[in-house]
Amino acid sequence: MKLHRAEEIWLIVGVGIIILAMVFTGYQAFAHGMAPPSGMETLDPQKVDETAPFDNPGIFEVGADEYEVVMTLEAFRFNPNEIEIPAGSEVHFTMTSKDVVHGIQVIGTNINAMVTPGHVQRISQKFDTPGEYLVICNEYCGIGHQMMAMTIVVK
Amino acid sequence: MDLAEKNVFHHKITEALGVNAKDATLSLTFLVVSFTALLIGGVLGLLQGLNRAGLFELPSWFDYYQTLTAHGILLLLVFTTTFAVGYFYAALSHTLGGLLPKVRNMGWIAFGCMVIGVVFVAATIIAGEASVMFTFYPPMQASPWFYIGLVFLVVGIWIAAFGAFINVAHWRKNHKGQHIPLLAFFATGVFVMLVFGSIGVAVEVLTLIPWAFGWKETINVMLSRTLFWSFGHTLVNIWYLTAISAWYVAVPKIIGGKGFSDALTRLVVILLVILNIPGGFHHQIVDPGITESWKFIHVFMSLSIGFPSLMTAFAMFAVFERTGRRKGGKGLLGWFKKLPWGDVRFLAPFIAMAAFIPGGAGGIAQTNNQLNQVVHNSLWVVGHFHLTVGVTVALTFFGISYWLIPYLSKRKFTPQINRLGIIQTILWTVGMLFMAGSMHAVGLLGSPRRTSYTTYGDHQAALSWDPYLIFLAIGGTLLIVAVLLMVYIAVHLMFFAPKGKTEFPIAEQEADAYPAPKWTERWGLTIVLLIAIVAMGYVVPIIEILDVPGSPPFITW
Repeated sequence: MKLHRAEEIWLIVGVGIIILAMVFTGYQAFAHGMAPPSGMETLDPQKVDETAPFDNPGIFEVGADEYEVVMTLEAFRFNPNEIEIPAGSEVHFTMTSKDVVHGIQVIGTNINAMVTPGHVQRISQKFDTPGEYLVICNEYCGIGHQMMAMTIVVK
Repeated sequence: MDLAEKNVFHHKITEALGVNAKDATLSLTFLVVSFTALLIGGVLGLLQGLNRAGLFELPSWFDYYQTLTAHGILLLLVFTTTFAVGYFYAALSHTLGGLLPKVRNMGWIAFGCMVIGVVFVAATIIAGEASVMFTFYPPMQASPWFYIGLVFLVVGIWIAAFGAFINVAHWRKNHKGQHIPLLAFFATGVFVMLVFGSIGVAVEVLTLIPWAFGWKETINVMLSRTLFWSFGHTLVNIWYLTAISAWYVAVPKIIGGKGFSDALTRLVVILLVILNIPGGFHHQIVDPGITESWKFIHVFMSLSIGFPSLMTAFAMFAVFERTGRRKGGKGLLGWFKKLPWGDVRFLAPFIAMAAFIPGGAGGIAQTNNQLNQVVHNSLWVVGHFHLTVGVTVALTFFGISYWLIPYLSKRKFTPQINRLGIIQTILWTVGMLFMAGSMHAVGLLGSPRRTSYTTYGDHQAALSWDPYLIFLAIGGTLLIVAVLLMVYIAVHLMFFAPKGKTEFPIAEQEADAYPAPKWTERWGLTIVLLIAIVAMGYVVPIIEILDVPGSPPFITW
């Protein structure tokens, strides 16, 4: 099969862009720890309330300016449903679903993760700017899906 | 008469009499269902758009999520699939000298199965027992009859696919040493993808049925999602491959040019067939249960599909330039003006191609892990597929309809219909620009998909999305006018246009065209490579989620 010279150049440039995208994505994921949320631990979705750490959802200080939020998602609420932290805090979210598939997105940040029953999902974010961040469920979870929201207050 | 002679004879009959009447009825029937789905799905789309902009409250007996589920299934599944089957059966009939009687019967059985499937699915949605979206992620549990309807749809698709294979195999037996006609080659590629792509979802649905009847207590949520997307993503490329078949085969003829390299076209088909199924993982980039390394490997799988698309982009503009220059276009861009802009059979697919430039670029952007995390499940994604499916695929299908329907109904495509078609194309394009444009923008700000109108307790961030959502409603309003026009045009061309003969446009090759290599005909090899790539992409990730504790059912709507 013979390619026209112009087509060769076009495809080389195109493939170059694709490879560059790959390299960037890989570099960010593995050298900078910016890989997408990929929690691998599992738990029985019918026993969330009895399984640690989800038997005690809440906000826990785990270090200087460092917090862990243990959170359960269910139709149609987050638990805890109010979070207040000082500006400059690094927050580690540990989440699972008690019923259907949910998604968590914190508007204005890079927090965006699927939370499925049977898996523990983890994501971290540093909150530098004070404000009231809107947290929403971004996966359709039923008739009240549009009401499933909370706020994170950064002071 | 030996078989080869008989075939030449058949071909001459087709030439003289036009389309075989029985084959035409079959294809037209598929197209009737397709345009009915477009009409109903379009109206539901408008209602949703108006609700999402906060202008309109949907009644509780047919709420936003029912509307959205029906809109998605009717347009993404029914409109596209029935159109593809109707179109490719007409293409096989035309290029292979008529459908075999056996294959025509299989076409009717496939049609019957698909209609039964659609009726089951639609009935359960209307009854409020299946507000689960077209992705039906468990453990949300729809009525078992919803899933049984899906089984009928898939079985219908398989029967149609095997009918196509039988017809192609028959032709090859009687034309030893010849390449199958290019359009039949595309059809084979599409049906191979349909069969292999739907295996995953078939397995998923077959595990959901006993669970939905209550015979099995729990379901593996992650496994179901993964099997769904092995199909969901393939379906996207099935529409795309169907659309580009017309770009490569029909459009050059319509503009009075010659086809691009036959050999490279076949290579594009083979690459798309082999590469696309593992692309499904890019829908699960922020899912738990899949390791970071696998997600990275799958970025490569997804991006590799960009390669055949880059080849297509080059091919199209090469054909346009060559044709424009032959018609006397001078200078760097003079050829561009020589293209038949007043012919909707060219204009509609041209806009479809142009839309794929931002559509494809957006796709490449959002398949990279970190960028995906910014837009996942936001309206950006909905904007993306309204640009790709809603413009690239739909406008190409409309572009095909202007000649396919009159060819089948033995009527004429009149200048009046051409003018109406141009108005339709412009309305559709502007409507989609408003809709997809505002969805992309507001999605970047975080506005979620699949969510009825809400301000989240008048939160400032959510209120800032409202102005964008108004454009969504404006787009939807223009689009419903365009839908009505298109349905009118389709019905007119089917039953009311003046009788006459319309050509099935198939471009000839350039005189100095390079012949396609023999291996392009080796479908066995292509399928082995496809299975190898699927195995590489899926075996390990699936093993890792096989023993996730199961979930009981929930009905949350």
